[in-house]
This record gives sequence, C-alpha cells and structure tokens, in this order.
Amino acid sequence: MYTASDLRKGLKVQIDGAPYIVIDFEFSKPGKGQSLYRCKMRNMITGNQLVQTYRSNDKFDEAGLEESTMQYLYNQGDEFHFMNTETYDQIMLTAEQIGDNIHFLLDNMEVEMLFFNDQAIDISLPIFVDLAVTQADPWVKGDTSGTDTKPVTLETGYELQVPPFVEEGDRLQIDTRTGAYVTRVKE
Amino acid sequence: MINLQRLHTRAAFFRVLRSFFYQHDFLEADTPVRQPVLIPETNIQPPASEDWLLQASPELCMKRLLALGAERIFQICPCFRRGERGRLHSEEFLMLEWYRREADYHQLMRDCEELIRTVSRGLPETDCFAGIDLSGRWPQLTVAEAFGRFSPVPLEQALEDDSFDEVLVEYIEPQLGLQQPCFLCDYPAEMASLARRSPADLQVAERFELYIRGVEVANGFSELADAQEQRQRFTQEIEHIKAQWGRRAAMPEQFLAALPAMGEAAGIALGVDRLLMLALNKTALEDVQTFSAEDL
Repeated sequence: MYTASDLRKGLKVQIDGAPYIVIDFEFSKPGKGQSLYRCKMRNMITGNQLVQTYRSNDKFDEAGLEESTMQYLYNQGDEFHFMNTETYDQIMLTAEQIGDNIHFLLDNMEVEMLFFNDQAIDISLPIFVDLAVTQADPWVKGDTSGTDTKPVTLETGYELQVPPFVEEGDRLQIDTRTGAYVTRVKE
Repeated sequence: MINLQRLHTRAAFFRVLRSFFYQHDFLEADTPVRQPVLIPETNIQPPASEDWLLQASPELCMKRLLALGAERIFQICPCFRRGERGRLHSEEFLMLEWYRREADYHQLMRDCEELIRTVSRGLPETDCFAGIDLSGRWPQLTVAEAFGRFSPVPLEQALEDDSFDEVLVEYIEPQLGLQQPCFLCDYPAEMASLARRSPADLQVAERFELYIRGVEVANGFSELADAQEQRQRFTQEIEHIKAQWGRRAAMPEQFLAALPAMGEAAGIALGVDRLLMLALNKTALEDVQTFSAEDL
C-alpha cells in the first residue's frame, strides 16, 4: 500500500483495477493549506493519460506487476510468440502490444515481459541491440552534397539515418529507447 | 549544487535583506530553532529532535519578543517541514520574518513592495525579476474576488465541499503576479490561523499572501492579540491534529500568557530561497540553494 506522499515519477500504482505509471509529479501546498500531490499518470495497458490531484491521506494499492524473462520465438502475421526461459510456457502478444519494440526484435532475443494479474501487457528490450544492415547506398567518396547521414535498412525492416561510412552487411548498435544509431560494431 | 558565483549572489542577497531592515530601524532577533512546543498546525509536520521539535517558523518566539516591548524585529533562520519536497518546497528552508508593533497588514504590503524593489536594485545581476513591473503600488485581490475571476466554482461552494486548496493551486495561483506582484488578501476567517479577523467583516481575516509569477512568496497578517480567541483556535487545531495524524500537540501556554502584552501588531513570513529564485528568474529552489537534499 502506498500513500500520496510516496508518489514520485516512475512509481507504479493501481487505480480502479488498472496499473498506472506516474509520468509527471509536482508537490504543492498553498499557504497554510494542505499538501497536494499533482500527478500525471499513464495507464500501462491502454496508454491513456490521467491527471489527478491527491491529498496526503489518499492511499493506493501497488500495481502488482511481475516481470519474467522471455525468449522471442517467431511471429505469425500480427501474433508474436514468446517462451518463458524457466517454465517453457509460451505466450502470444499482438503487434499493437509490442509497439515500437517491433523494430528491434530478433529471433531468440531475450526480453523482459511485464505481467499485470498474470496478463502480459508489455515487453522491454535490452537498451542496446546489435542489428545487421541489409540495405545501404554505397558511400560516394568526394560527395559534396554536405549531408552527413544517409538512410539504411536493418534486418528487422527498420529504417534509420546513419553516418555515410556504414555499408551493407555491417552490424550496428541501436539504442532501443530512442531508435537511434549508436556505433558500428566490430566483428 | 551551487557554484561559486551563485554563492556570491546569495551573500549579496543576504546583505541587501539585512541592510534594508537596519535602515528601517529593525532589530535583528535570533531565537531557538528547537523548541518543546510549536504552533499547532494540522497541515505542517514538524520533525522531532529528541523530545523536542524543530520549528516550522519562529513566529511564537518573535511575538513573545514583541510582547516584551520590542518595536520592530526581523530574523532570517532555518525552518523545517517534514515531507515537503518539490520544485518549490524543501524540508529545510530559510525564512525571513519581520514584525511591527502598532501596525496592520497594509503596512506589511508596503514593506514588501519596498523590500523587493531594494533586492532588485541591490543584486549584482542586471535582469532581476525579468518581465515583472515592480514599480508603484501592487494590486490587491481579495480571495473572494480571485475565486470570482479565476475559479470554476464560487468560493462558498469550494469551502463547503472542501476543495479550496485544490482550486487555489489549480486555477488561481497560476494567474497571480504575472505582470506585477500581487497580494491575495482577506482569507476566510476559518483560515485565519493566527490572524486577526477584520473589524469591518468578521467573515474574513486580515491576512495576505504575496504572489510573483504564480509563486507564493510571503504570508503576512494583522496579528490576533486576543489570547482567549487564540486559545479556542489552538484547541480546535489540536483536535484536528489528533484526528488526522494521531499526534498529541501541546498548547503553547507561555505564548498565550505573553500575548495580551503584545498589543496591536503585524508580522510576515517570507520564503528567502523562493524570493531569490524569482529574482534570478529561476524556476526551482535547487537552482539557488547551496545544497539540495540530493547533494547531501
């Protein structure tokens, strides 16, 4: 059980039977008045945002979330199949539930899966993943167009801007939080 | 954490504050920060220090000095409020309080205008309070007027359904002191605390809050000198504290005994770090404090 004074950015609580994460938080207290805890929260299942002001005595249940390490197996159209690495249970998530992570997901990759009341609601990938470049325009030496990046396509189909020296077949480290190029990986 | 240049600014700021009060013939007071009995206030949680408490304000001691015959006194001191942490709150902060005998809250508003103009001129920075017009008399807005102008619900309804604080924070405060500093005044009598009720309208207390850029900077009032009425209010507050927090707060007996000798007086508490933050056009206390909680 949490009280309003525990609220802070990143805290996960349960409201009306749904898990919420606090994404913005401000403490206020008008002169001689009560402590007020003003929160912006995101429903971790629907993504809907909620803005609420709480008082010191307000209480919250913990979000009751659990995490398990899962291995990504394969997809069939919109259905993405994972296996629990300890129990070998298999679980399916839809493309919508996987969201932008879809761009960085490779067969056999280990991910952390988030469960609310035994229901899988989200996955988180390693912060950095290495992916191969499947398509890149050659680097034209002496190119004076002044651009210092070029578009390439990765093995997952994801397209991004990278430095001009990147070539087809290179492996790149990508930051899965931002989707940005980090560095070229030496084999 | 603070840098060396900010340390110089802070020191200059303290010099300006102190010289203002010296020039106006105020006596600098110092009183214990650790006391056995504080003002009973439901909404303030004082940290314990062994069997005693750390003060939330030097108010009780300052008024006892007035009762002894001090005419004009000021103090800059640390105050403590448990659980108050945020952009504009810190569990330990510096308070400036000043008190005048034979004065009421109107005089304190004039003091605020002059003090803050002096700060603006006296700091080494050239763009203090950028975009805020500090000249002349600053506008006064009664709490009733502010609700009429900015609140979706009338004052009476907010009091009845206990949403006064929420409305104030959400709808009113962000509108106050944007072009000029603004005095929000004449609070409902039940929020008077230690303020005198207005002789012209017993429903309101002669209390004001100074706002600059939506930030509450100071809380001043004409002091209640009626020990009997003050005791009744404290008794109520002690019951509230018991009901809400299960804490047994003591009655400030020595203060009540001294109160009749104080006579007519007015006093004000000003958040020193908040004022410096606003002067330097910053948005968080940690931008101007020497050390924040995270640095310790």
